Amino acid sequence: MEFIFNLTPLIPLFPLLAFAIIVLFTHRHNRLSSSIAIGGIALSTALGWTLVLATILSGEHAWAEGWQLRVPWLPAGTTVLELGFAVDGFTAAMLFMVPFVCLMIFIYSQGYMKLGQPDQDPRYARFFAYISLFAAGMLGLVVARDLVLLFISWEVMGLCSYLLIGFWSFRKADSEHHIDAAQVVRARQAALKAFITTRIGDVLLFSGIALLYSYTGTLTFRELFRPETLETLQAISLLGMPAVTVIALLVFGGAVGKSAQFPLHVWLPDAMEGPTPVSALIHAATMVAAGVYLVARTLPLFIAGFVVADAPALHWVAVIGAITALLGATVGLAQDDIKRVLAYSTISQLGYMMMGLGLGSLVAGIFHLLTHAFFKALLFLSAGSVIHGVEHGAHIAAHNGHGHGEHFSPNDMKIMGGLRHRMPRTFVAYLAGALALVGIVPFAGFWSKDEILAEAFHLWRADGTLNLPFWVWLAGTLGAFFTALYMGRQLGLVFWGEPRHAAARHAHESPSSMTVPLIVLALFALLFGFVNAPFLGNPLHHLMGNVHEVSEVVHAEAIPFNPTVAGISTVLAVAGLLLGWSLYRNYRAGQVEPFQAALGPVFTVLRNKYYIDDLYQWAIIRPAVWLANFCFNIDDRWIIDPFVDLVGAAGRAASDIARVLDSGVIDRWFVEGTAQLFNAAGRWLRYSETGHVQNYLLVVAVTILLLLGLYLYF
Amino acid sequence: MAIPLPWWLTVAAALFAIGLYGVLSRRNAIGVLLGIELMLNAANINLVAFWRYITPQALTGQVFAIFVIGIAAAEAAAGLAIIISAYRRRRTVVVDELDTMRW
Amino acid sequence: MIIEHAVQIFAFVILTLMTLGGGLAVVTSRNLFHAALFLILSLAGAMGYYVLLDAGFLAVVQLLIYIGAISILILFSIMLTRGLMMPGQVQRNEQWWIAALVVFLTFVVLVVTMWQTVWPIADTEALRAPNIAIAQLGAALVGPYAIPFEVISALLLVALVGAIVLAREEGNQPARADAETGE
Repeated sequence: MEFIFNLTPLIPLFPLLAFAIIVLFTHRHNRLSSSIAIGGIALSTALGWTLVLATILSGEHAWAEGWQLRVPWLPAGTTVLELGFAVDGFTAAMLFMVPFVCLMIFIYSQGYMKLGQPDQDPRYARFFAYISLFAAGMLGLVVARDLVLLFISWEVMGLCSYLLIGFWSFRKADSEHHIDAAQVVRARQAALKAFITTRIGDVLLFSGIALLYSYTGTLTFRELFRPETLETLQAISLLGMPAVTVIALLVFGGAVGKSAQFPLHVWLPDAMEGPTPVSALIHAATMVAAGVYLVARTLPLFIAGFVVADAPALHWVAVIGAITALLGATVGLAQDDIKRVLAYSTISQLGYMMMGLGLGSLVAGIFHLLTHAFFKALLFLSAGSVIHGVEHGAHIAAHNGHGHGEHFSPNDMKIMGGLRHRMPRTFVAYLAGALALVGIVPFAGFWSKDEILAEAFHLWRADGTLNLPFWVWLAGTLGAFFTALYMGRQLGLVFWGEPRHAAARHAHESPSSMTVPLIVLALFALLFGFVNAPFLGNPLHHLMGNVHEVSEVVHAEAIPFNPTVAGISTVLAVAGLLLGWSLYRNYRAGQVEPFQAALGPVFTVLRNKYYIDDLYQWAIIRPAVWLANFCFNIDDRWIIDPFVDLVGAAGRAASDIARVLDSGVIDRWFVEGTAQLFNAAGRWLRYSETGHVQNYLLVVAVTILLLLGLYLYF
Repeated sequence: MAIPLPWWLTVAAALFAIGLYGVLSRRNAIGVLLGIELMLNAANINLVAFWRYITPQALTGQVFAIFVIGIAAAEAAAGLAIIISAYRRRRTVVVDELDTMRW
Repeated sequence: MIIEHAVQIFAFVILTLMTLGGGLAVVTSRNLFHAALFLILSLAGAMGYYVLLDAGFLAVVQLLIYIGAISILILFSIMLTRGLMMPGQVQRNEQWWIAALVVFLTFVVLVVTMWQTVWPIADTEALRAPNIAIAQLGAALVGPYAIPFEVISALLLVALVGAIVLAREEGNQPARADAETGE
C-alpha cells in the first residue's frame, strides 16, 4: 500500500502536463485541448481518491504522521534548498475535494465556452490551458510538504487568477453578443485589481517565510511545528512581540489577501468579470481556499503565539473572520448581479472558516471549507447556467424581433424571474446549493456551519463571561440569518414571479454537459455533510484532527452536538429564507425593492459595499494618481516648463534687442562665437573617443588603480 | 610549507601585471588574448594558494579554479572566432586598425 | 624536513623563473609565434605551482585544457592569420609606456597590500593533510555545485556554437570568396 504514495507528485503534474501540451502543441485543436485538460484533471482525481482511500486504510498513525518525499531542489554551495511532498489526514481530506470539484468545473466549462457552436469562444483552448495550470497550482499547494512548494504553487495560482479574471479583456466589443467596450475594460481592471490586492498579501507572506527561514533554517511543516522550534520562536523578541506572533500575523496577511478577508476582500466581487467557471474555480476549489488552507496548515504557529500571553495572533484570525462574515453577508443583501451576491456570500463564508480556525479548531474550519467548496461550486455553476440560458433567450428574443436594441446585463437578477419553469434542472441544483449554503438539515452546510458555531458557543460557556468566542458566535449566528435572507431574496428574484424581460421569457435549459456536473455536485451538497456528522462519530475529526499532533499545542477533540446552537441557527435560517423569499417572490419590474423600502439609507450603504471600495479609491488610488499628476505638473506646468518658457521669452527679448542693436556684433560674438566654442571643444574632446579598445582598457586600469589606492590608503 | 603565502600572492600579482601589460600594449589581437590567458592563470594561482593555506579542507578553491579554466576555454574559443571573423572581413588583426567605433 | 623545504624552495624558484620569464617573453616577443610558445612555458610553470600546492588534479586539468587545447587553438589561429604581422615589425602600440607605468603601479599596490594583510592561515595540522580525492571533487561538482557546473557547461556550449557561427565562411558571397582566394 505504501508504494502508492510515491505517486503523489503526479497529482499536480497531470494538469501541469496538460497545460504544457495544450500551450505547446494542441492549442489549434479546441476539442482535443479541452479533452486533454479534462483527462489530466480526471487522472489527478482518480489518483487523488486512490490516495485518500490508501490514507484512510493505513490507520490512525498514518493520518497524523503521514507520508513524505524529500526533493533536493536547488543546490547552492554548502546548502540545498529542498522541497517536498507530503500526504496526511488533512491533505487527504483536501485531495478528496479539490481535484473532483475541478473536474466538474472543467466538464461544465466545455458547455459554457460553447464548444462546437458558431459563437464558441475564440480563445477556447487557451482557457483550458489556464484552468489546468490553476488546478495544478492548487493541487501542488495541497500536497506540499513545506513552505517552498506551497509558495511556488501559491504564486502560480496568483498568476492564473490574473490571466483568467482578465480572460475576456481580449474580447472585441460586439453588440450582437451583448459585449460593450466598458465590459472589456472592466475585465482588465478586475484582473489588475485582483493581482495587486493579493500581491499585498503575498509580500507579507513572503516576509513571513523569509523570517521563518532565517530563524529556524527550515521550511518543512513537520520540523517547524516541533515544540522545540516553536519554543525558540516564542523566545525571540521582534518588534516588541514574540517572533512567532509576528510571523503568524505575516502569514495571516498572505491568507487575508488570497482568501479575500476584510480589508483585502475588494478584489473578489470584481473577479466576477471572468467567465463563470473561473468564478466557480476561484471561489470553491482553488484560490480562496488556498488562504484558509495556509492558515490551517500553519495553525501551530498561531497557537504558539497564542500560548505566550499578550500576543494573540489567533484572536486576530477570529476577529477578522467575524468581521468578514458579517460584512459579506450584509453587502450580499443589496446586490443585483447574480454572481456578485454569490461573491459576497463567498467572502462571508470564508469569514466563517477563519472564525473556526481562529477559535483553534482546525477541523471546524476545514470541514466548512470542504462543504462550502461543493455547494459554492454548485451555486456558481448554476448561476452560470442561468446566465447562459438568459443570454440564449436574448438571442431568440432578438431573432423574433422584440426586446432588441436595448442594452441589458444577463447577470442582472432584476430582469429574471419565473425561471423555475424554464430551467427546471438548474433550478433544482440551485435550490440544493442554496439550502446547503443557508444551512438547512440535512444539507452539507448545516453540519459544517453548526460545528463552527458550536465551537464558539462551547468556548463561551466554558468561560462564562462575554468573551471573544461569544462575540464570534453572535456574529456567526447573525451572519447565518443574513445569509438566509439574501439567498431567499435571490431565489425569489430569479426563479419565482414573472419574467421581467424578453430574454428571461425566452430562456431555456442549458446543454447536458453543463447540467450533469450540476446534478453530481448537488448530490454532494446534499450528502457531503455526513462525513463529519456527530451521530456518525465525527469521522473527519479522526482523519485530520491529529495532524498537528507533532506540535503538542493543537488539541482537536470534537465538540459534542449542541441542540441549542443548532436550533437557534436553524430557526433563524428558515425565518430568513422565508422572509426573503416571500418579500421578493412577486417582485415586479420598476418596483422599489422591499429591502430598500424597509431599510432606507442602510440599504444604500450596503449597496455601496460600505463604501470600502470608494474609501480605497479615495485614500490610496486617488493619492497615487494625485502624486503622478503632481510630478507631471512640476514637469509640465509649475517649474520646468515655465522655466523653459521663460528661457524662450528671454531669448525673444534678446533677439528683439539684437534687432535694434547691430546684428553683426551679436552674430559675430554670440551666435558664431558659441558655435565655434562648441565646435572647438568637440574637435578637441573627440580625441578621447579613439575607438581603440586598448585606450579604453587603459582608462579602466587607471581608474581601478586610483579607486584601489583610494580605498586602501585614504 | 616552506614558502609563505605572500610569496605565492606576489608571484600571482606579477603574472597578473605582466598579463595586463600584454593586454594594454599588444598591437596584435591574438597577443591581447595571450595576455588575458596570463591574467586568468594569475587568478587561478591565487585561488589555489588561498585554498591550500586558508581552507585546505574545503573544496571551494579547487572547484572555482576548475570553473575559471572552463570560462577561459569558452573565452579563448569565442575570442579567437571573433579574431578570425574580423580577419576575414577587414584583412587585419591589428587592434588599432579595428576602430569602426572611432569618432 | 630541511631537505624537503630546500627542494620546495628550489622548485619554487625554478617555476617562478619559468612562469614569469615565460610571461614576460609572451608580452614582449616580436614574433607572435614565439610568444605563443612562451605562453606554453608559462602555463607549464603554473602547472608546476599546482603540483607544489598539492592540487594534482588541477595540474592535470591545466595540462590538458590550457597546454593541450587552448595553446594549440591559439597556435592555429596565429597560423590562420599569418602573413599580416611579419616578424620584426613593431609589436607594441603608442601607449605602451603609460601602460607599463600603470601596470607597475598596480603591481606595487597589490604587493604592498598582500604583505601588509594578516592572512587567516589554517592551523598546521590542517595544512599538513590537504589531500582531496578526485572523487570528492567530482561529487562536489554534481552535488552542491551542480547549478554553477550546469551554467558553465551551458556557457561552453553557447561559446562553441557562437564560435562556429562567427568563424564560419559565409558562402554564396563573392566578396568573401575573393578574400579567401587572396590568401
